[in-house]
Amino acid sequence: MTEHLPTTEDELASIVADAAAGTTPLEIVGGGTRRALGRPVQAEATLSTAALTGITLYEPAALTLVVRAGTPLADVEANLAAQGQILPFEPIDHRPLLGSEGAPTIGGMVACAASGPRRIQAGACRDSMIGVRLVDGSGQVIQNGGRVMKNVTGYDLVKLMAGQYGTLGVLTEVSFKVLPGPARTISVVIDGLEDAMAVAAMAEAMGSPFDVSGAAHLNAETVFRVHGMADQAGYRAAQLARRLSQFGATRELEGEASQDLWRRIRDCDVYAGGDGAVWRLSVKPSDAATMVAAIREGLDAEACYDWAGGLIWLRVADQGDAGAQVIRAQTAARGGHATLIRASAATRAAVDVFEPEPTPLARISAGLRAKFDPRGILNPGRMRA
Amino acid sequence: MELPDPSQEILAQKAEVVARLGEILGPDRVISVDEELRAYECDALTAYRCRPLAVILPATTEEVAAALKACAEMGVPVVPRGAGTSLAGGSLPTADSVVLGVSRMNDVLEVDYPNRFIRVQTGMTNLAVTGAVQGEGFFYAPDPSSQLACAIAGNIAMNSGGAHCLKYGVTTNNLMGVTLVTTEGEIVEIGGAHLDAAGYDLLGLICGSEGQLGIVTEATLRILASPEGARPVLMGFDSSETAGACVADIIKSGVIPVAIEFMDRKCIHATEDHAKAGYPLDVEALLIVEVEGSPQEIEEQLAEIKDVAKRHNPMTLRESRSEAESKAIWLGRKSAFGAMGQLGDYICLDGTVPVSTLPEVLRRSEELADSYGLQVANVFHAGDGNLHPLIIHNANKPGDLEKAEALGADLLRLCVDVGGCLTGEHGVGVEKRDLMTHQYKPADLEAQMCVKDVFDPSWILNPAKVFPLAESQDRRA
Repeated sequence: MTEHLPTTEDELASIVADAAAGTTPLEIVGGGTRRALGRPVQAEATLSTAALTGITLYEPAALTLVVRAGTPLADVEANLAAQGQILPFEPIDHRPLLGSEGAPTIGGMVACAASGPRRIQAGACRDSMIGVRLVDGSGQVIQNGGRVMKNVTGYDLVKLMAGQYGTLGVLTEVSFKVLPGPARTISVVIDGLEDAMAVAAMAEAMGSPFDVSGAAHLNAETVFRVHGMADQAGYRAAQLARRLSQFGATRELEGEASQDLWRRIRDCDVYAGGDGAVWRLSVKPSDAATMVAAIREGLDAEACYDWAGGLIWLRVADQGDAGAQVIRAQTAARGGHATLIRASAATRAAVDVFEPEPTPLARISAGLRAKFDPRGILNPGRMRA
Repeated sequence: MELPDPSQEILAQKAEVVARLGEILGPDRVISVDEELRAYECDALTAYRCRPLAVILPATTEEVAAALKACAEMGVPVVPRGAGTSLAGGSLPTADSVVLGVSRMNDVLEVDYPNRFIRVQTGMTNLAVTGAVQGEGFFYAPDPSSQLACAIAGNIAMNSGGAHCLKYGVTTNNLMGVTLVTTEGEIVEIGGAHLDAAGYDLLGLICGSEGQLGIVTEATLRILASPEGARPVLMGFDSSETAGACVADIIKSGVIPVAIEFMDRKCIHATEDHAKAGYPLDVEALLIVEVEGSPQEIEEQLAEIKDVAKRHNPMTLRESRSEAESKAIWLGRKSAFGAMGQLGDYICLDGTVPVSTLPEVLRRSEELADSYGLQVANVFHAGDGNLHPLIIHNANKPGDLEKAEALGADLLRLCVDVGGCLTGEHGVGVEKRDLMTHQYKPADLEAQMCVKDVFDPSWILNPAKVFPLAESQDRRA
């Protein structure tokens, strides 16, 4: 199999143009750590962005970062940390869950719309994106947005690039609005809540003015995160504990213990390694416990919750349809959607990995794909058969 | 400003078009008498006017769908209109178009506090959304300065911002779902009460598409718990450069104020004459920096901000000590546009520049204004670089408006040239349509027009906006 590793955007564009001319399907990769997401791709060559690296602009005082797609996420986060800043959406690292190796890149993170626990307070990956450069399926270089955080000039193709899994274009550069990292972070924990009570407690916390930046429930621990300047974080933790006292006694975690806990929540560490298919459901938070209970009537499933219940991780047996029918009966009835994150290649080829779309939306999505990738050479089959 | 020639064929069919829409909506929902159409011939960009063929005012999503389907079948262009407050001519009609106003669609459909959202019909005003939830201690964050009048429909179409978006983001960051009526008259749900998209992020595409991809009739909006309190601090500096450097250092310090507003000398004086807000008159630039939280949290943040400000030798540093003082500080800012009106007619621009280029841009704006013999005053959101230069002119003096428009175009080109953009929150509309080629290469515009092709293959929605006429000619034909 041919492996393309262009070192410039122009070189990448001409590789795609050649592939389009010959209708040669390409699998697009960055660090390769999220390669097992989506359906298996049937490609004749790989096109890697891993050699398109470097931060092209970083202005801490403008909260602006522009970075080439192949840049390792770890490098970006180290540069931000040196200025006390962060990517606001706390991107999930898929390596533990998928058992993959390599270095996650900016392009892969964006293409898979990888957001983490802070998504409920600071927005998703797409909310922090303010500009993109990409090469479409014809080999055309396209720029949209820019480097300023307020920009309504023309259509917003920037957000369209988050979660397109390389099927609309190959990202070459992305601009972000970054944020100062909190001076202090405290986790407030309640032990022993049933799922339904945990969801109610998380709703109470999110409706408070204490700027809660994480609310998750796993292993019978319900965890809330507050942040701020030194005294501010302490004030928020105390106020939140008081507000949640109706749900049970609280304890606090700080420093490494707190950081490690949120890293494990972010990466869905509880289902790392071992067997089983893993689903990710995006639902109305207050529906979470009810949906899980209903799913368990038809299926053996373990569950944990992030985003105050809005994100459910489910582990089920990787056999048959991996529970797709039972799970999607719930999303069909109550709204939201389910994505099969981890399963064998055979299962992912046989099951709709992404929630099937209703007809008019499916037509629009197919129409966009036909415009951006008329030959269907970019990650064919990754999202839809 | 050029509009495409209206279709004589459609103009000749006015009676049939009006009759068919009347059958669908009832005759009282269709306006076709010349006198009554006058109210719809422009939006807040009053320099451009064109009377439409007819105006329709549907009351439900189903009525919008039926009307759109009929218009598509007849090949009649449709211009969506929220409250008509666009400063960019976003809802300027063409002579052969039907204006579809959502003003009768202003119901709250659902309020859900545990899941922190509100679902509304999009004719509702921005401020009414906050009004519907503030009793329970919640608010809707995007706050464009026209929020008393502007509709959520227009906010979504233009991806509106506001003074507080440094902390809370703009409309697209607070929009969770829409009911969209497609150009064929289909009703589509995108997003909803859950947090992220299934499949492609079509919601991100719809928001800011200036009513050209479909008509949004209902919206699910994020509501947030109101902060416990807020307090501003006023700072005056001896130069715009120093004020700009102070803004940069505040942001670098790690505190994110909820707003950082900037006024230049011209604006300070006009405002003080008008509103008597007690602003210092000896400074070249003034900043209003506001933080939120409990009293203790506010103290901690303001202490940090004042420390930063003191390093820049402010000529004035005045922290609000009471509700009344806070009001006085904001009074001036909020009356700034009214005050500028006392100086003459003005054009309000909306470019964004990288924050680091602010001093340079302000200096070059002044040079450009001098070269045209016009005055420019500046009042803007400094934290995000979104400028609102006001070009003062006399609309009754022949040639003055044209001169002001030419200066405006030069100033917007300057914004692009330093790494910014043509419009930060008002939208392209017709106003900046012909400048789009300065910001985007042909391939960039082509990609955007391809998106329009997918949603609106016959290009009947909101014609003659966003894309330069020459670039879109083949598609519109």
